[in-house]
Amino acid sequence: MMTTWTNVRHDFPILHQQVKGKPLVYLDNAATAQKPKVVIDALSHFYERDNANVHRGLHTLSNRATDAYEGARAKVARFVNAADSAEIIFTRGTTESINLVAASWGSANLKAGDVILLTEMEHHSNLVPWQLIAQRTGAKLRYVPVLGPNVEGGLDLAALDGLLTPEVKVFAFTHVSNSTGTINPVAELCAKARSHGIVTVIDAAQSIGHMPVDVRAIGCDFLAFSGHKMAGVTGIGALYGRRELLDAMPPYQGGGGMISQVEFFTARWKPSPERFEAGTPNFADAVALGVACDYLDGLGRDKIAAHDHQLAKLAYEKLATLPGIRLLGPGLGQERSGLVSFSFADVHAHDVVTFADEDGIALRGGHHCNQPLMRKLGLTGTTRASFYVYNTAEEIDVLVANLRKTLKFFGA
Amino acid sequence: MSADLSELYQQVILDHNKRPRNRGKLPTANRVAHGDNPSCGDQCSVYLRMDGDKIADISFDGSGCAISQASASLMTTLLKGKSSAEAAELYKNFHEIVTTGKEPEEISDIAAFAGVHAFPARIKCATLGWHAAIEAMKGGPNITTESHID
Repeated sequence: MMTTWTNVRHDFPILHQQVKGKPLVYLDNAATAQKPKVVIDALSHFYERDNANVHRGLHTLSNRATDAYEGARAKVARFVNAADSAEIIFTRGTTESINLVAASWGSANLKAGDVILLTEMEHHSNLVPWQLIAQRTGAKLRYVPVLGPNVEGGLDLAALDGLLTPEVKVFAFTHVSNSTGTINPVAELCAKARSHGIVTVIDAAQSIGHMPVDVRAIGCDFLAFSGHKMAGVTGIGALYGRRELLDAMPPYQGGGGMISQVEFFTARWKPSPERFEAGTPNFADAVALGVACDYLDGLGRDKIAAHDHQLAKLAYEKLATLPGIRLLGPGLGQERSGLVSFSFADVHAHDVVTFADEDGIALRGGHHCNQPLMRKLGLTGTTRASFYVYNTAEEIDVLVANLRKTLKFFGA
Repeated sequence: MSADLSELYQQVILDHNKRPRNRGKLPTANRVAHGDNPSCGDQCSVYLRMDGDKIADISFDGSGCAISQASASLMTTLLKGKSSAEAAELYKNFHEIVTTGKEPEEISDIAAFAGVHAFPARIKCATLGWHAAIEAMKGGPNITTESHID
């Protein structure tokens, strides 16, 4: 039943080590995923062979670097099925991508009285940038509620129609919740928004490396993601934007590379993507991101999604047998991404994580940058185990055995 | 269980975590300060009834890991009846213990926190309640462990 790939664990050098005398069990993939050797090698190769600044040089290395950088853009465009490479803007990651949309699109399109629609399950990265632009423009925030004491019902879709009023100009929501494992029906949400002429922004940080993400099938206007959660390196991510919208947006930052002409008092901009990539871009990491796209497509994103779901389901079933556990997100039989998030009444998440580390298990404990949601659920935080292509059913057994020990220690 | 971990979760800490002393709002408080640790979400409010320079009564409230809750609980038992100078001296000792692991010369439950030094990420859990107490004595309302220089 479990999808496995021959030797997939051998692709990831970091996994082959002991932590505190135990084999590393890395279950913090929703925070950052590990990198396959091909990605690490691509980065060294670039610096050892091809490194030069892109776009401006006339020499051989600069041409090679430019080709590699633009080649990576084309790969990322194919990875999300964008119609055109110019619709892919390289950024530092999901957070910068969303800030770019909020600041650039938001400053040109939002005014006092307008409404920015978000959901209660947004990560701070898809919440605070909107608060900032709301303060600057006088627009207001509105939220689609979550359903159920443990968000087992996902978003309240029945309430959505009533929330999509004429004042709503933009609807920003996450594809997959990093703290509950909920997979939102993004195509349905986009279709509803579009029928009201509302611009859509998707936070794909938790979905991009874990399942097929096709911007045209989804029908979104913008989609933001990070490289480091999808087997790429840190410091690089992308924003997909529909060409028509990008062409009408003002620059996000000013500097070199984004202008067509500069006078002492005025300047004119290049079209997308250069308009939104002021300064020397992070081309080396972008090249490595292109290799990460190839690596994941080699495994098959349908298969990755099935593997993650199976592990999460198995973990959910086994964790549910622990005394006093509270599990968040979709129940058994419902669609769920590759993570489980849980809490215990008498043992705090940080104590759980510290005890797990003693057995070489890397977990995350805390509010997962979802403070408003945690507050609504009456939680100060949860413990989260999140899976990726190299995790196994045996590792879930190691986790469950460790949690039993922790509960026993605290007398819970 | 490793030696480091059993040092961290000593009996004194487990006991204070399970049966916290002086927990809840203090109805007669004339000072309060709220501490929070933004990176992990731990929270601790400390309530004081100051009688001149003396801490006549003290309580705490909040949520967090065993280390933060036990530390705040133990702290309330140590600070009751102390002057602000004595409280500052106690905090100095406590801080030394959690950052260096050096046990105090006199026998004290504070020594239970010596194991924290082996877990640098947990030092701010152990000091959260103390920061709030000191802020409350000064009359300040809010502190965070991120902005506080210790």
